[in-house]
Amino acid sequence: MAVRRIELMLCTGTGCVAGGAFNIYEVLEKEIRKQGLEKEISVIITGCNGFCGQGPLMVIQPDGIFYGFLTPEDIPFLVQEHLLKGRPVERLMFSPPEKKEPVPLLSEIPFFRKQLLIVLRNKGIIDPEKIDDYLARDGFAALEKVLTSMTPDDVIDEITRSGLRGRGGAGFPTGTKWKICRAEQKTPKYIICNCDEGDPGAFMDRSVFESDPLSAMEGMIIGGYAIGASHGYIYARTEYPLAIKRMNLSISNAKEYGLLGKNILGTDFSFDLEIRQGSGAFVCGEETSLILSIEGRGPEPVQRPPFPAQSGIWGCPTVINNVETWANIPVIINRGADWFSKIGTKTSKGTKIFALVGKINNAGLIEVPMGITLKEIVYDIGGGIPDNKKFKAVQTGGPSGGCIPSSMIDIPIDFESLAEAGSMMGSGGMIIMDEDTCMVDVAKFFIQFTNDESCGKCTTCRDGSEALHEILTNITNGDGKLMDMEFLEEASNAIKDASGCGLGATLPNPVLSTLKYFRDEYEAHIKERRCPALVCKNLIKYYILPEKCTGCKLCLKNCLPGAIKGELKHIHIIDQSKCTKCGTCLDVCPPKVSAIIKVSGKEMENITGVEEPYPVKRREK
Amino acid sequence: MAPLTLDELRKKRKEAQKNIYLREGKFKSKIIVHMGTCGIAAGAREIVSAILGEIEILTEKDVMLTTSGCAGLCSMEPMATVELLNSPPVKYGKLTTDKAKRIFKEHILGGNIVTDYAIGIGSEKGG
Repeated sequence: MAVRRIELMLCTGTGCVAGGAFNIYEVLEKEIRKQGLEKEISVIITGCNGFCGQGPLMVIQPDGIFYGFLTPEDIPFLVQEHLLKGRPVERLMFSPPEKKEPVPLLSEIPFFRKQLLIVLRNKGIIDPEKIDDYLARDGFAALEKVLTSMTPDDVIDEITRSGLRGRGGAGFPTGTKWKICRAEQKTPKYIICNCDEGDPGAFMDRSVFESDPLSAMEGMIIGGYAIGASHGYIYARTEYPLAIKRMNLSISNAKEYGLLGKNILGTDFSFDLEIRQGSGAFVCGEETSLILSIEGRGPEPVQRPPFPAQSGIWGCPTVINNVETWANIPVIINRGADWFSKIGTKTSKGTKIFALVGKINNAGLIEVPMGITLKEIVYDIGGGIPDNKKFKAVQTGGPSGGCIPSSMIDIPIDFESLAEAGSMMGSGGMIIMDEDTCMVDVAKFFIQFTNDESCGKCTTCRDGSEALHEILTNITNGDGKLMDMEFLEEASNAIKDASGCGLGATLPNPVLSTLKYFRDEYEAHIKERRCPALVCKNLIKYYILPEKCTGCKLCLKNCLPGAIKGELKHIHIIDQSKCTKCGTCLDVCPPKVSAIIKVSGKEMENITGVEEPYPVKRREK
Repeated sequence: MAPLTLDELRKKRKEAQKNIYLREGKFKSKIIVHMGTCGIAAGAREIVSAILGEIEILTEKDVMLTTSGCAGLCSMEPMATVELLNSPPVKYGKLTTDKAKRIFKEHILGGNIVTDYAIGIGSEKGG
């Protein structure tokens, strides 16, 4: 390839693609040709950049300028101004919400500055569909090192000393798992990569596959060498078409280079990989049911021990690790266990990827060193809560995790401290909630999810989640009883104790953690029929303040069920018997009027909506 | 393609590294070509192509070529600014492709300012 003056690193992670990244790619190519710059400038397709909240986005190299919220209409101007004339376009740069000045350089945007990239070291830098790009970033150097200068025991020892723990959620020491598997006499042995990512709001594994599929693959090949396996499976959910496409392409590229297949790099070691697609059942992320699913059987978890490392797929010893764990392996081999173990806390080494979502200014994918505090994630990287709302809680670990209240914002993030707080590391979903979030409603949402996804094998999980959901529904409907809280606790503990797999054992966590930290909200719902966050529809009423209404008819026109009575210059009234509580009136009422409020509890008693509209003038007298 | 041997893999990696240098930001020097309307009219784009040609034959690609807007001295266009690590920027004016090539060899690679074409050292102070 001839040298280029500029490379445009265009993000084509799923988020940006949904936002029209490929459309932008076409317009970019067209405009570059139009300006006659095609010999000087190329557009490089990259995986997820991480700053998904700003997508579609791209980074201009070598300058390092970051552009977000791109539309095809911006491109002709951008190409002419920046690429031809060298004048960066300020209005497409990132501006923090509270500041007016844009921050041009990616390296200076706070979202990126506090991150530490190990697993995502190549994101936004390589084209995930080109194996040579991966090679250029020291790709397969670890495999080279392993095959030429390390015995399998050396590899396991290095991984053990690094302190790496499984990134799928439970945090089992990776080196120990490999050692157990290597010691098994039975052959053949297998490697599995778990990319069945099912937590709502989580997209870490997908992004690794989309931005740097070969790093996970290199980890798997090294794992195969270490435990003595010559075959591996990648289990990815079928809802991840782009990730699967890029991994498939990587497999065929690696085969062509002889990095997969027989006698890799001319050595005695052979290893092959294939992808198996799952249909998106949450329980398939549990390792024993994942294995059953690959075998073509119903994915109902089976009792452990024996662990898969002893008896896994087809009854053979199997090491199953998560995508992120595998992608850590090449870096640990290249840079050494000593380097890796210096990062993080006493018990949790290295970094962790989180999908930072919810009520947060800078939503996206982040990789941070273990031990970073929640506060740094929410305020420094995440840029705080939109609209100056108050930070209320963070939900980590998906449906198996719990809610950590704002009072614990200084806790360092590692496996132990999150577990102590009643949550868990999980695979890395991190949902931020503000003051407008009802914690009982959140617990209900997650229980509904696990109730849907329970495979149904164990009674406690199947019927227990149903019972929890029923009680939570009653509470949010205003039909809660005081003894409900005790029942929730008791049932949760029973589900934990008596369920066979991780899904059942952790599903009560959202209930238990909200009961622990937000008991007052449960009590308000039950005792006062009041939802403090004004979310639960049965416990709130919308009301038009007569002293503020200007009689503009805006809410009336937008009210689909026709629940608003009124005419021009008359104070409007909401007929509570017709109101569906959709909230449209509140959204359309102009901010300077702000006549519509939500009320809950006692305040609702006198609001009936039976009175008739009356002229605004009368109020003025 | 036949499977790679170890040596072939290393060779391929070296080759590949040449293609991603723009993204890794390990530059020792920087040349900025001013591409205002005045610069483009005076031939700045030919200067860019000439410098690209010079970078192409480098084995160690540690020179960053970038562009910026009009430098405010339109009569001296095409202009370029050369920045070496730890030295003040030097502005060159009335460039031709031959002059640009000489500046590339003597100043960027050799570290010696080409006084024949230099029109100033340092940059304006920001108000």
